[in-house]
Amino acid sequence: MKLFGKKEKEFFEPYTCRNAIREGSGATKLSMLVMGFGNIIRGQIVKGLLYLAAEIAYIIFMITTGLHCLAMIPSLGSVQQEEVWNEELQVYMYTQGDQSILILLYGVATICLTALFFLLVWRGSLKSAYKAECLAKENRHLATFQEDIKSLLHENLHRLLMTPPMVFISCLTILPLIFMICMAFTNYSKIDNHLVLFDWVGLDNFAALFDSSSILGSTFWSVLIWTIVWAFFATFSNYFCGMILAIVINRKDTKAKGFWRFCFVLSCAVPMFVSLLIMRTMLQPEGAVNVLLRNLGIIAPDASLPFFTDPTWARVTVIIINIWVGVPYTLLQLTGVLQNIPGELYEAARVDGANPVQIFSKITLPYMLYVTTPYLIATFTGNVNNFNVIYLLSGGDPVTNLSSTAGSTDLLVTWLYKLTVDKQYYNIGAVIGILTFIILAVGALLTYRNSKSYKDEEAF
Amino acid sequence: MAGKKYKSASRKRLINNTIVHIVLAILAIIWVFPILWVIMTSFRAEQGSYVSTFFPKAYTLDNYIRLFTDTTVLNFPKMFMNTLIIAICSCILSTFYTLAVSYCLSRLKFKLRKPYMNMAMILGLFPGFMSMIAVYFILKAVGLTEGALIRVALILVYSGGAGLGFQIAKGFFDTVPRAIDEAALLDGCTRWQIFTKITLPLSKPIIVYTVLTAFIGPWVDFIFAKVICRANSDQYTIAIGLWRMLEKEYIDSWYTCFAAGAVLISIPIAILFLCLQRYYVDGMSGAVKG
Repeated sequence: MKLFGKKEKEFFEPYTCRNAIREGSGATKLSMLVMGFGNIIRGQIVKGLLYLAAEIAYIIFMITTGLHCLAMIPSLGSVQQEEVWNEELQVYMYTQGDQSILILLYGVATICLTALFFLLVWRGSLKSAYKAECLAKENRHLATFQEDIKSLLHENLHRLLMTPPMVFISCLTILPLIFMICMAFTNYSKIDNHLVLFDWVGLDNFAALFDSSSILGSTFWSVLIWTIVWAFFATFSNYFCGMILAIVINRKDTKAKGFWRFCFVLSCAVPMFVSLLIMRTMLQPEGAVNVLLRNLGIIAPDASLPFFTDPTWARVTVIIINIWVGVPYTLLQLTGVLQNIPGELYEAARVDGANPVQIFSKITLPYMLYVTTPYLIATFTGNVNNFNVIYLLSGGDPVTNLSSTAGSTDLLVTWLYKLTVDKQYYNIGAVIGILTFIILAVGALLTYRNSKSYKDEEAF
Repeated sequence: MAGKKYKSASRKRLINNTIVHIVLAILAIIWVFPILWVIMTSFRAEQGSYVSTFFPKAYTLDNYIRLFTDTTVLNFPKMFMNTLIIAICSCILSTFYTLAVSYCLSRLKFKLRKPYMNMAMILGLFPGFMSMIAVYFILKAVGLTEGALIRVALILVYSGGAGLGFQIAKGFFDTVPRAIDEAALLDGCTRWQIFTKITLPLSKPIIVYTVLTAFIGPWVDFIFAKVICRANSDQYTIAIGLWRMLEKEYIDSWYTCFAAGAVLISIPIAILFLCLQRYYVDGMSGAVKG
């Protein structure tokens, strides 16, 4: 809380909306209704007109389309598309029915637009009217429009530079997310044919997913458990293998360090989806690995190892392949951190007669865990959402229970993909997305708060 | 006595070293084997994906030639051009976005700085594919999912999140000394001039890194491209093309061509990656240290 107070002070601003409403003159208060009025009477005509134009544009938009969109949100449309026999042309004509998905999309977009309008434009106009009033009272110079534009290159450079990326992020990341979260509370799915018209159903989807007696519920729990097991093993197997490999390569006595590093790095220079597809074809029942094993006589000539056909084999296989894919990256990332460990620590340990295992467990590991906690959290999160490895390697196969929608190597994300793209159960997919987020957010927050490097981060 | 002890210690070290090197060699073979295998497959004369021998019986360049001449089923040259156009445009956009955002977060003080960084962290926790379907609906509502406009849609999608991937570039900008900025301010530079004339010229490594990661993105992503292109096969990017070559109906006749295509797109990426390894490591260790 202390930090928050400090931040407030750092950006102290006398021209707030609250002050404007409390102490502003009549003209300033009129700007709440007629935006830009306060600026125009103080001589900032272009700025005032721009605010006015924004207000008029918003009102026109709301009257022509916005209000209609908002009014449709509670019902999400009810007019069915119908066939009507056209006597003249002797054909069936289709009437334009309501499309709930578009109604929802336009509704969400209108709400976002309204929120943005009031938060940015309306408050901005009020503040600037109050500022103009105060400055005029104190007989200080009022910025002309040209000076305002110029300030975009200096004091307000962040506005110029941050606006375009923010527009993209709001349209392509935030708006879709809100839209998707809304979907979780509807019955938009192929079940009962709700793909064109759907309604709000409240928390029914969440209840269906948590009901462990249904197929959906039991699938959810098994997928969730496998996701956590996978993320745990994928993160730590990569972390330790990569770290040990980095230590071995950086050992004083290892010859040709550059060559070894090159061998491993080569495989992460190949695009990940290519190497994963290669691995998948190699591990097929008739793929290269089985052929090789047969030629060497390790397995019978007509036998093949069930890499992706047996659930346990498949799970172990994806974890091992993930080591193959991930260790070079870990090697690259950890090498730098390892070299930062103070050399005196090692020397002191060697003088005291510690063996390599002791040095590793008492010095290297604690130091690494301390420094790389944020990295580990990020990797864990990345692995929970690791779509590529599972989808490209096993595709979630093998499917053991034919009535469920997920295979035994499906993670929550690949299951989400299957449910939305293949099965078109959009609402359930959205619920899974929200639950994944909640699990990750809680997990990340707890580990982060408890980690030792948390305080250092804050200091930075 | 002492000499004997010394000898046994050095002998032990020799044995240790030999074991370490042998283990490293075995591991290196495991890591390099699939890559060698795909290179050999790309030169293999026999068709089909299932072979009984490890080494090809005959070598040929036909797979590469066919990739660029046989355009009846899978139009590889067209996919190549699509991907190139998308990659160049989205690279320009997202490089600008990434650098602008990281510079602001690193150097400028403004009210929304901390909230923005927290927002980026929270958004990163949502599964990327959750919003993918919604992005498709939005692009469809705007009318960007038909014909050649798909390219525009893909450019928007690939550069859309660029403003959220600021960590590495911000870490780099943090290391550029602030004293230079202050000196320039005293000399009457505006902040825009500091950004374009001082900070950017000093940050060539990170610019190169950002440009290249942005450029590589469209070549290796295949999920977004697949969801947005759907059945419009003339707008496919390379990644979808290669994926399709391994589908059941194509795998027998296109498998060796897949290998050739994989080698072709891997070579430039591999060269770039090996040259830029250093920046990658620097950026990462900087980001890890916070």
